[in-house]
Amino acid sequence: MVDNKQYWVWLSSLPGIGAVKSKALLNHFEDPYNIWNAKENELNKLPFLTSKDVGNLINIKIKESAKIHLDNIFKNNIKILTINDELYPYYLKNIYDPPSVLYVKGDIRINDKYIAVVGSRKATSYGLSMAHTISCELSRYGITVVSGMARGIDSYAHKGILSVGGRTIAVLGCGLDIVYPNENKKLMDSIIENGACVSEYLPGIAPLANNFPARNRIISGISLGVIVIEAGERSGSLITANFALDQGREVFALPGNVCSINSTGTNRLIKEGAKMVTGIEDILEEINISFSNENMENFFTGSFANDKLFKDLDKEEIKIASCLKTEPLHIDNISKKTGFSIQLVSSVLIMLELKGIVEQLPGKIYKLKY
Amino acid sequence: MLSKIKSLGLMGIDGCIVLVETDISKGLPSFDMVGLGDTAVKESKERVRAAIKNADLDFPIKRITINLAPADKKKEGSAFDLPIALGILAATEQVNIKDIENYGFLGELSLDGEIKPVKGILPMVISARENGLKSIILPLENADEAAVVNGLNILPAGSIKDVVNHLNGLKKINKYSVDIDNIFRNNISYDVDFSDVKGQETVKRALEVAASGAHNCVMIGSPGCGKTMIARRLPTILPSMTFEEALEVTKIHSIAGTLATNTSLITQRPFRAPHHTISNVSLVGGGRHPKPGEISLAHYGVLFLDELPEFNRSALEVLRQPLEDGVVTISRINATLTYPARTTLICAANPCKCGNYLDHSKECTCTPKQIGQYLSKLSGPLLDRIDLHIEVSSIQYKDLDSKKEEEKSSDVRERVNRTRKIQQERYKGMNIYSNAELSPAMIKKYCKLDVQCKNILENAFERLGLSARAHGRILKVARTIADMEECQDIKTHHLLEAIQYRSLDRKIWSGQ
Repeated sequence: MVDNKQYWVWLSSLPGIGAVKSKALLNHFEDPYNIWNAKENELNKLPFLTSKDVGNLINIKIKESAKIHLDNIFKNNIKILTINDELYPYYLKNIYDPPSVLYVKGDIRINDKYIAVVGSRKATSYGLSMAHTISCELSRYGITVVSGMARGIDSYAHKGILSVGGRTIAVLGCGLDIVYPNENKKLMDSIIENGACVSEYLPGIAPLANNFPARNRIISGISLGVIVIEAGERSGSLITANFALDQGREVFALPGNVCSINSTGTNRLIKEGAKMVTGIEDILEEINISFSNENMENFFTGSFANDKLFKDLDKEEIKIASCLKTEPLHIDNISKKTGFSIQLVSSVLIMLELKGIVEQLPGKIYKLKY
Repeated sequence: MLSKIKSLGLMGIDGCIVLVETDISKGLPSFDMVGLGDTAVKESKERVRAAIKNADLDFPIKRITINLAPADKKKEGSAFDLPIALGILAATEQVNIKDIENYGFLGELSLDGEIKPVKGILPMVISARENGLKSIILPLENADEAAVVNGLNILPAGSIKDVVNHLNGLKKINKYSVDIDNIFRNNISYDVDFSDVKGQETVKRALEVAASGAHNCVMIGSPGCGKTMIARRLPTILPSMTFEEALEVTKIHSIAGTLATNTSLITQRPFRAPHHTISNVSLVGGGRHPKPGEISLAHYGVLFLDELPEFNRSALEVLRQPLEDGVVTISRINATLTYPARTTLICAANPCKCGNYLDHSKECTCTPKQIGQYLSKLSGPLLDRIDLHIEVSSIQYKDLDSKKEEEKSSDVRERVNRTRKIQQERYKGMNIYSNAELSPAMIKKYCKLDVQCKNILENAFERLGLSARAHGRILKVARTIADMEECQDIKTHHLLEAIQYRSLDRKIWSGQ
């Protein structure tokens, strides 16, 4: 068995042989072991290989290097998922260019339903909080959120679902032994614990710029649909949305302020036919997940985040928490609305934050967490 | 003939007696001066010669030797012109030298014999008093400054002729005095006021906390949100200066030459706002002829560093030790000088390179990495010395236009005075004056927390991702907030508010 994996690793490490060519090779030879043993004239007959590819296939056959890769993989607790494995995500298998080998850290489950939540790295507090909320909500319907663990929206999508104990998958554009961006070390650990980090790249491969568009095809390929939270004019999330269209996945977009350059991409997607998300039901009805209507009221305004949350609070805390119901507010405005002094408001807000009810955004702005 | 005239020089911010010895003997006419004078001192030969001649007195055509004792200390400046001239006149018996040892002389001469103002009068006059001089003759323009010192006669003179007439008993110079109480009464008015700041309640509250406990703080906000404007108004709510404080501040400004003419005493707390291109030396003091730096000029006042991340990194590093110790010690080959530097540091910074990160009405064009990098300049040891982090947002037009009466500086100042008094009582005999100066051992003693507070703090560290350096800072600030309520113990709401002021330690800023 181990021997067999060695040939898979060899195949995925060959320069010039990408997902499409290895798929074709596998169609022809069925097993990487046969490709390894293929004769030059046999390979030359295949129309999709250039002479250079054939050269690579014939000449780069150092068993030791594949072994080193393999050692490296096991040392890092990485599992190898080949396209023939039954755990290999079903939807991903059926795209045009599925990776022949997926490296996995964590655990992939066969029955998981995936939805991708993506967006720009540079996001506004609106985008960040919506990424958080939407992935929290998706977890309630047993959905696993897929994203790219990049800064901004991606990180918040992962954090959101992790905060309510859901499962999530991060698709990386580098080897799984590298944490990129490196401030997400902790996040990566908890993703591995509650889901998996997945990559088509061998350990040791750096996060090169051109890995990311390729990575995006996996994000959309694995999922039933892609929700774009915030995207600027030339955001990478638009690439993911394009892949999703090519792969026949649903594309959702969250509407944004028309004046905001951080939302031009998503608003254009909506104009071009992506489904506009104004409530969780917009997502659920497209992907045929049944939902009950009782909890749906005012989904995004947060008032469904029922008043039983406020049960253990004292009078001042309730007053301050309830004035945040409609929108996030600056601390001065909270003081003005409630009539409390600044010192009282600021100590109560920290208390509410410690109790996990409000969240502070940059610029002394507070919002309800749920 | 030999004469000895007393004058004064400067050592750091203190004055010292300099004896001007003049010997006139027969021989080839010459004019020599010894005693480690700088160029200004050496050039005084020419001024003295011309001044004596033009004041219708006789300049001896003999061999003149001047010694400035103690001869191994550097002498600087033009204040020795007058004593040198009088030394020559005394040695040639043109003035009465009977009671001349009771006099000190200071002043620069112009070629026509007039006396011009000099720097550093106040410390020199103080040291004249300490050395038992009875009278001091000094330039007219410096009279106000010198008259603050009691216990000796201040005799301002306009020209060398006046001095000669006075000493010879022909026409006495009148003693000069000022009413110090009057200065204090009249001068404590600032042309800016806290009530000019509309809205910004959080910021005002935070600055009141800063003023109450002498805490250093950093303000972060987009350009135009009013950081500088608010910082300029901080001195107006600082506690009023005592006479001793005013004297010390005036001394420093007197040496640096930043004292306006006809000012006796600086009674307003200084506000120094150096530009971010400032060099290390001008920030903390030093140079070949050591001068106090901005941090000393801001002694007992406010040192405001606008655009903090734009400052040279090494300039910020040299601030660390003076901020901790309250003094700057400058060692040069010739002398080691100590300037006081007890100042409240206020810094302002944009949240990112383009400045719009916190502004919700403008778009920020920085990448997350740039945002992280920009603020990382503030990290580390300097941040360790800053107790309060204040986020300033731009205010809305309706606040600007509001008719609401904002609180006046004087009202806030009254509260601040009360809080400071509590601290001074508590720390009597411990050589500190405010909560900001508490050492770790003192924090343990004076910032005790009950079980409930301890739980909150522990919880806060866990949930809010505070860094370790925040711990002591939070306790100090909580102590100040408790003092503001005249509360003996630190209560939970004091502690919670103090935690509010640590936003830079938290992860909300990393841009993700």
